[in-house]
Amino acid sequence: MSTPSYSVIGTRPIRHDGADKVTGRAIYGADFQMAGMLHGFILRSPHAHARIKRIDTSKAEVFPGVNAVVTTKDFPAVDDSKIVDLGEGNTPLRWARSNVLADGKVLYRGHAVAAVAAVNAHVAEEAAGLIEVEYEVLPCVLTAPEAMKPDAPILHQDLKMKELGETTGKVSNVAEHFRHVMGDIEAGFAAADVVVEREFNTATVHQGYIEPHNATALWNNDGRISIWCSTQGSFVVRDATAAILDIPVSQVKVTPMEIGGGFGGKIPVYMEPVAALLSKKTGRPVKILMPRQAVFEATGPTPGSYMKVKVGAKKDGTITAAQAYLAFEAGAYPGAMVGPAGMTVFAAYDLANVTIDGYDVVVNKPSTAAYRAPGAPNAAFAAESVIDELALKLGMDPLDLRLKNAAKEGTRRADGPKFRRIGCVEVLEAMKNSEHYKSPLEGSNRGRGVAIGFWFNVGLPSSCTLNVTADGTVNLIEGSTDIGGTRTSIAMQAAEVLGLKSEDIHPTVVDTDSIGFTGVTGGSRTTFATGWAAYEAAQDVVRQMKERAAKIWDVPSETVEQAGGVYRSNGHSIGFKELAARIGETGGPIVGRGAVNPRGVGGSFAGAIVDVAVDPETGKTTILRFTSIQDAGKAIHPAYVEGQMQGGSVQGIGWALNEEYFMSGDGRMMNSSFLDYRMPTALDLPMIETIIVEVPNPGHPFGVRGVGEANIVPPQAAVANAIAHAIGTRLTRLPMNPPAVMEAIWQKSTSPRS
Amino acid sequence: MRSKTHVHTKINGEERDFLCEPRQSLLEVLRDTLNMTGTKEGCNDGNCGSCTVTLDGRIVTSCLVLGVEAEGREITTIEGIARGNDLHPIQKAFLENAALQCGICTPGFIVATKALLDKEPDPSEERIRFFLANNLCRCTGYDKIIQAVQQAAKEMQA
Amino acid sequence: MKWFDYQAPTTLANTLALFDSHPGAYLLAGGTDLLVQLRAGRKQTDLVLDIKHVAELNEISFDVADGLTLGAAVSCAQTYENAAVKTHHPSLAEVASIIGGIQIQGRASIGGNLCNAAPSADAIPLLIALSAKCRVASSKGERQIAVEDFCIAPGKNAMLPGEILVSLHLPAPKKGSGASYLRFTPRNEMDIAVAGVGASIVLEGGVFKHARIALASVAPRPLFVPVAGDSLIGKPVNVESIEAAAELAKGAATPITDMRGTVEYRRHLCAVLTKRALEAAVKQAQEAK
Repeated sequence: MSTPSYSVIGTRPIRHDGADKVTGRAIYGADFQMAGMLHGFILRSPHAHARIKRIDTSKAEVFPGVNAVVTTKDFPAVDDSKIVDLGEGNTPLRWARSNVLADGKVLYRGHAVAAVAAVNAHVAEEAAGLIEVEYEVLPCVLTAPEAMKPDAPILHQDLKMKELGETTGKVSNVAEHFRHVMGDIEAGFAAADVVVEREFNTATVHQGYIEPHNATALWNNDGRISIWCSTQGSFVVRDATAAILDIPVSQVKVTPMEIGGGFGGKIPVYMEPVAALLSKKTGRPVKILMPRQAVFEATGPTPGSYMKVKVGAKKDGTITAAQAYLAFEAGAYPGAMVGPAGMTVFAAYDLANVTIDGYDVVVNKPSTAAYRAPGAPNAAFAAESVIDELALKLGMDPLDLRLKNAAKEGTRRADGPKFRRIGCVEVLEAMKNSEHYKSPLEGSNRGRGVAIGFWFNVGLPSSCTLNVTADGTVNLIEGSTDIGGTRTSIAMQAAEVLGLKSEDIHPTVVDTDSIGFTGVTGGSRTTFATGWAAYEAAQDVVRQMKERAAKIWDVPSETVEQAGGVYRSNGHSIGFKELAARIGETGGPIVGRGAVNPRGVGGSFAGAIVDVAVDPETGKTTILRFTSIQDAGKAIHPAYVEGQMQGGSVQGIGWALNEEYFMSGDGRMMNSSFLDYRMPTALDLPMIETIIVEVPNPGHPFGVRGVGEANIVPPQAAVANAIAHAIGTRLTRLPMNPPAVMEAIWQKSTSPRS
Repeated sequence: MRSKTHVHTKINGEERDFLCEPRQSLLEVLRDTLNMTGTKEGCNDGNCGSCTVTLDGRIVTSCLVLGVEAEGREITTIEGIARGNDLHPIQKAFLENAALQCGICTPGFIVATKALLDKEPDPSEERIRFFLANNLCRCTGYDKIIQAVQQAAKEMQA
Repeated sequence: MKWFDYQAPTTLANTLALFDSHPGAYLLAGGTDLLVQLRAGRKQTDLVLDIKHVAELNEISFDVADGLTLGAAVSCAQTYENAAVKTHHPSLAEVASIIGGIQIQGRASIGGNLCNAAPSADAIPLLIALSAKCRVASSKGERQIAVEDFCIAPGKNAMLPGEILVSLHLPAPKKGSGASYLRFTPRNEMDIAVAGVGASIVLEGGVFKHARIALASVAPRPLFVPVAGDSLIGKPVNVESIEAAAELAKGAATPITDMRGTVEYRRHLCAVLTKRALEAAVKQAQEAK
């Protein structure tokens, strides 16, 4: 396949929203203001598991400056069987609603119980403190293995376990047990010369976006609700809010403001329906900002997990069998993203004999949400640690072992799908040929680790409209909230088709009334799917522009050809800008439409190479060098592709080394601040090197795969492997913080502890 | 109701008056009272740096300054960094290096970077990383931010 | 955060009078602890007294006879930018530059770090090692408290109602002296010490003439360990004497297991950090010659 040459794609233009974002002019959710606006505050549970016996809001209601108080009683009655789509999966409405305001029970510390609207946030907070809630505290359960025990406290009496696709009727904290089987696992292990089996644990970690959640709502006098918020999916907020409030979606308009990070965590609704209820009661717009502590305690972290992985191989490195047991903590409501873990755990390998068991387990922690390739990093930490140990036992280079067994076009995954063209081999080869991997690593207490990871990426519908202006520029209207430069990566695809410069396209993200349905900014889908919608819209513009040129020249429109923005037919030629100036006289406005629901999603592989130094006296790990390698399919804007790779890598480093929900026995997160949660600062890191691999996705017009997620999958395992090589013993629990590494060094050492 | 306090101060070179409750932070005053929302709230306890402004020439987290403390002092916010209609070299460098993704931390980083480069025109990479350790970014992994600061340093010296 | 009133007195006498008549008032210097605690509901008050406009609390001066005077409200940044501090107490400049980040250092004061009395406070072990004295005043008079006696429990200091910390006083360093504070944190900055060690020494002819060692984060208050420092006196500067002192420091530590580390790990760190802090102090003393 020859590489097409592009004039815009692959360049690095300044992002369209750049000036606004470096001058402080960009309006994020919390920046939104309206005349007459009230401020809300949400009262949250101090207990991890309790029955609510009584809520008395009377004192709060009469507190000076208070306008309204709401509890779950203010929601309309709910139909127990109703299912609501929350953007990345379906959930029963009653659970979605009770996560927004607790109904009968609180299931985690920080669970919203009531809300107050007042003249300012201080008054609202003071008044919330006057709400009396009588709790009957129940025993709590905080990890999947504990919650799976027969005598564990039960979170939901109405949760019946689903076992291998069948509903069992058994009340359990295990929402689902699934199994993927391929080949004969016993025969596979029997054929192996070397088998490695390990158990792994990973702590709950948070997405850690810097902007807290926010929502402003106005329930207008005509019955329509307007919402302004920072979300990854304006249409999800619309649909979920309408469902929870039991009104038609047409009655809700969501305006997505600029968003300060999400990484999957800003897909669920938390405060939007509450702000709407408060607005209904007061007749005024109500804004609620979530304090940082509540962001940690009450919004979607990613699951903690318990995993067992067993892999067998022949002496020549051929893997004969691979088995995984994955138990993931869903948090308070089912949906632990263990499904994606099962899809990705062995996805990098071409295997004959596989068994994967997955368990979705509820525990008394906040309901988990997506976090960048959700589920995959946990699984890769386990699988890629075992593969590394296998390479050591076989005396093979860890990349050669991976290359020998690498998945390729035609490889079938244990969960069913057969790969189309993928870049697994190319990523591994790029790792092997990298300057980093070829460089020597010298010095004591140092180690190098590698790992590979996969994320399948998603499609979902997207819409785009292009309006041609008389000066030859194009206004692009889209519904994908721009979380990291996607206005530009989408505009560039339209520019490429139209033969214009990136700067000639003016992209705007609009509200849910003003554009066709568009799925979440998530699943690495925005540049892929909304970019595709822009491509289609641009093709529509080209078609209409050809008609106009044909009209001017009086030739059949089929004879008009366009290349590089120049329209030609039969010796005539006219540039886009010149032609645009004449659209008024040739038939009026030109509007290009693109609405897609793409198949052809192309999964992305990513690799990580890391060098570490471990202080043998303190157990502290320093990242000396880090290279991220990823198959982008086609990098539309390479600088922002690198940025995704660097950001995902550093989130993976934080997850590997220090980040965790440190829970007390009674379910309290002890480190719910940016001081104690310990995300990496600039001083904790080296530059992050990147190698973009481009194996075009045959399912996208420009070969785009999507780059937001796969990069966070391999770092945890790569760091674990590097530490193992530095200290000569393996850690199987995340985070690998200094006390944990020191403990491992002590356990390995035969001498008594110092 | 208790009355608010009258505060007279200078923000981005302009004299300003505002009323605030003593418990209100400078961050709240800037955002809610003066509608200067370029200064962002990320944590409200001094640990993310998104609300960085300068107070009498020193960078501070405005969430940990009371509005009433601004009396008689000089404040610079992100809104005061650009040079008239031209972007400041630091702002340009952030754009040219793709040093922002979501952009919520960007105002704080730019205000802090300016404080650094105004005093130390040629800082080492280590020094830049140390100086900016109170500014969290979750999107970029800091790589392109550091490169933007290095580029801005070069351009400001030229 | 409930409503509070705010006053910014400009003289020490006014400050003391106001504080005397409002026993529930809190003093605001940098506010980097106070405002966080008020916001989180860990403290409540009707009155905040801003002490940054009082001359005595902003003094920073040095002379050979009296040593260093550091006003209680002097910020960390003013401390480490001060020429006398850099010359005579480089370890103090160093510790002031690792409390919080640059933004915090523009506000937070060494005096506030002391008054907040956190067991993990970075400045306090060094102040103890440097034999600092606290000048404390109330409307009834003044007294001096040795810094090792200042903190009595987590978040509690030895000042009586109505008393405020005016300034810290550090004796001028003797010839052959060196000091260092080292802490261990998982992040390189913006973190709370899992353990910390402040050490100051005076060398004479390759022998320890004087030594003081104090620990952070391993006891209910910053912990002065005289036995560890005393063990060095008269001993030659070598690995054995330093490691023996480190073991004594470790033996004195009574940490708890929490999210920052286990008892065992923290005690281990006391030995590691004491050794490293002493080595750094020795290096400084030797290089100063």
